[in-house]
Amino acid sequence: MPKEQANWSPYDNNGGSCVAVAGADYCVIAADTRMSTGYNILTRDYSKICKLADKCVMASSGFQADVKALQKHLAARHLIYQHQHNKQMSCPAMAQLLSNTLYYKRFFPYYSFNVLGGLDNEGKGCVFTYDAVGSYEKVGYSSQGSGSTLIMPFLDNQLKSPSPLLLPAQDAVTPLAEAEAIDLVKTVFALASERDIYTGDKLEIVVINADGIRREYMDLRKD
Amino acid sequence: MFRNQYDTDVTTWSPAGRLFQVEYAMEAVKQGSAAIGLRSKTHVVLGCVNKANSELSSHQKKIFEVDDHIGVAIAGLTADGRVLSRYMRNECINYSFTYESPLPVGRLVVQLADKAQVCTQRSWKRPYGVGLLVAGLDESGAHLYYNCPSGNYFEYQAFAIGSRSQAAKTYLERRFENFTGSSRDDLVKDAIMAIRETLQGETLKSSICTIAVVGAGEPFHVLDQGTVQQIIDTFETAAEQEDPATEPDAATGQEAAAEQGTAADHGGSTDEGAAPMDI
Repeated sequence: MPKEQANWSPYDNNGGSCVAVAGADYCVIAADTRMSTGYNILTRDYSKICKLADKCVMASSGFQADVKALQKHLAARHLIYQHQHNKQMSCPAMAQLLSNTLYYKRFFPYYSFNVLGGLDNEGKGCVFTYDAVGSYEKVGYSSQGSGSTLIMPFLDNQLKSPSPLLLPAQDAVTPLAEAEAIDLVKTVFALASERDIYTGDKLEIVVINADGIRREYMDLRKD
Repeated sequence: MFRNQYDTDVTTWSPAGRLFQVEYAMEAVKQGSAAIGLRSKTHVVLGCVNKANSELSSHQKKIFEVDDHIGVAIAGLTADGRVLSRYMRNECINYSFTYESPLPVGRLVVQLADKAQVCTQRSWKRPYGVGLLVAGLDESGAHLYYNCPSGNYFEYQAFAIGSRSQAAKTYLERRFENFTGSSRDDLVKDAIMAIRETLQGETLKSSICTIAVVGAGEPFHVLDQGTVQQIIDTFETAAEQEDPATEPDAATGQEAAAEQGTAADHGGSTDEGAAPMDI
């Protein structure tokens, strides 16, 4: 008689896609607002984006319960940092903290695929991309989530980021202007919504620049 | 208070039913430089006197932000105060994490008091040598509590602790009935005036005091020196004396007011420039 398998999983995938693009003095972070389970939609209006610090924003797709727990954990750690250092955490610092937090649960991971975007201490845009257990890299742009396989090749084609292996190290940030980058992101999500069933409904775009943080929305296909 | 045969251990009662070590700990609070607090219906103001060990050093940080809605001013062993502030911050963060809402002030002071009580009933511990004025805002309104080393806590409309606090208390006793209806700015003014009472003759300037406010729609924060100086100027008729000795004092006051606090930990850690603890 064949062995009976466990059929309960602690994880679920709520779908969705996230993208972040770094510019010379801005950073664009975007994610769709559809939350699904299996072939069903749970809600069309769920934000996957979380502000971790003044100049640091994270977008995460995957299992939203784990994402929420991760966001709360990072927010609490940031508060402790502020009490101890009397200042906000910089984006690179938060990037390392996120990596350590994810690896801490190496053997029961946060099912969360993250992109971190923000401005570094010099005001230049930076994007960090992660896997579920904390392996991360500073890049010029990235996408994660169910639509990432459709989005990433398009971004590679449009943004032509130099290889991080080149010497001397070349700047990964895009020379595009802020408005152009936002347009690119909107195009990319319209593109993903066409073929990825888990991406759609509404697009939430967060832009960080020297003036602060602002939020924009755009409608996507609801099918 | 004189030495006697019942004061060696905190776990030894005197025949009169007193714990001398606990009372000695409360004496430590009286040695620290003054801290005052007062509240209205919607705001709580904390103030403290900045005492530096010497002209060369910065003053110690005596007011700590615990959470958006709670702050604390301490008098006594500042190191003990720092450690307790860290505990309070942690408790607030954990509560917020679990309940997604701010920790009620009354709950926090009870936890703090229980923590202090433990140190009065263990032979291998000593009581905390610091008094805390906890100012906070929660659903039930504005609160000001005083936590003492004995593990007791009391709620106050206004209170002062530390050296020369009696002068401030007298001032507050005369005016406290008006505080409930006071505006925020009047409350801050009263706080500065109360601090002035403890200075007893020394010129009142913004470098010598630190003021912090928490209120409805106003998260806990320390007022910057410029704002405090402006308020002082409105009621100080006498011009500030030009004292060359105050120049380095003002400079270190400025640097300290930028809230780098314990970063410059020169020399002794005792308050009030008093001799190091002999005990």
